[in-house]
Amino acid sequence: MAQTKAADHTAVVQIRATQVVQASLAALLGIALFVGVALSSPTAVHNAAHDSRHGISVPCH
Amino acid sequence: MDFFKSILLSALLAGVIAGTALTGLQALKVYPLIFAAEVFEDAGQAESNPVASSHSHEQGNQLASGHKHGDEGEEWAPADGGERLLFSLLANVLIGVALGLVLAAIFALRHVADWRQGVVWGVGGFIAVNLAPAFGLPPELPGMPAGELLARQTWWLATALLTACGIAAVFLSRGMIWRVGGVVLIALPHFIGAPHPATLESGVPANLAADFATASLATNLVFWAILGILTAEIMARLARPSEPELA
Repeated sequence: MAQTKAADHTAVVQIRATQVVQASLAALLGIALFVGVALSSPTAVHNAAHDSRHGISVPCH
Repeated sequence: MDFFKSILLSALLAGVIAGTALTGLQALKVYPLIFAAEVFEDAGQAESNPVASSHSHEQGNQLASGHKHGDEGEEWAPADGGERLLFSLLANVLIGVALGLVLAAIFALRHVADWRQGVVWGVGGFIAVNLAPAFGLPPELPGMPAGELLARQTWWLATALLTACGIAAVFLSRGMIWRVGGVVLIALPHFIGAPHPATLESGVPANLAADFATASLATNLVFWAILGILTAEIMARLARPSEPELA
């Protein structure tokens, strides 16, 4: 009984750890995408996202 | 549904809708102020450098700063009108998806699946990403004086991240030390101070800048509320069918 409980507990911890890794990856992907659109320096990206950058009040010029 | 897929899908759907709504709001109240400011920006550039009088952020800056890279000549920029609006829509949708990914990741881990909680998290995002950085670097119109770009961008990003961590430490932790630490994180960038321009002289009228600051913040608040509500609701609908039966 005790062994099964311990195994169950380990399984739950493993699932939780996988979820934390997946969620962290998703959040990092989001931050990278945000930086690419709102803060990156290539002139073409700046010009395309110009009004949007001003609109969300990130430094633009 | 698969954990990672549900994060991606809810961020994608919520981001597209919230980004589109933001574009609509900006088109009503924010873009007209940007266009009005550009008239003053161009007039200022025409005075200081007659060559750059033709207009605008895309070529004016380059000519005014006196250098060109490569042999491409003019850098690409969307044409005024529909094309410019379309690219703003694209940028806003991508920003919506990007911030939606962060919200969805948190919602998936913390089992946030109710629109009321979604609004609260959205307001938290607004405070971290828009309000706190604006306290040091007020929303800028084209033509307003500003400090060095990279320094401002660094301060802006650091403030947004520190404020987000600070809010999390204050509200999600169970110890006084964490809460105090959270408040310190939120306050820290403002004690360091944002990079400021050498001069306060601006070609853009003050009332235009004041209008823009409030319009920018108000539209972003609505955007975050929509993003929070939709991310939470869509995630709840995606998660429900695969939840284990309790019977």
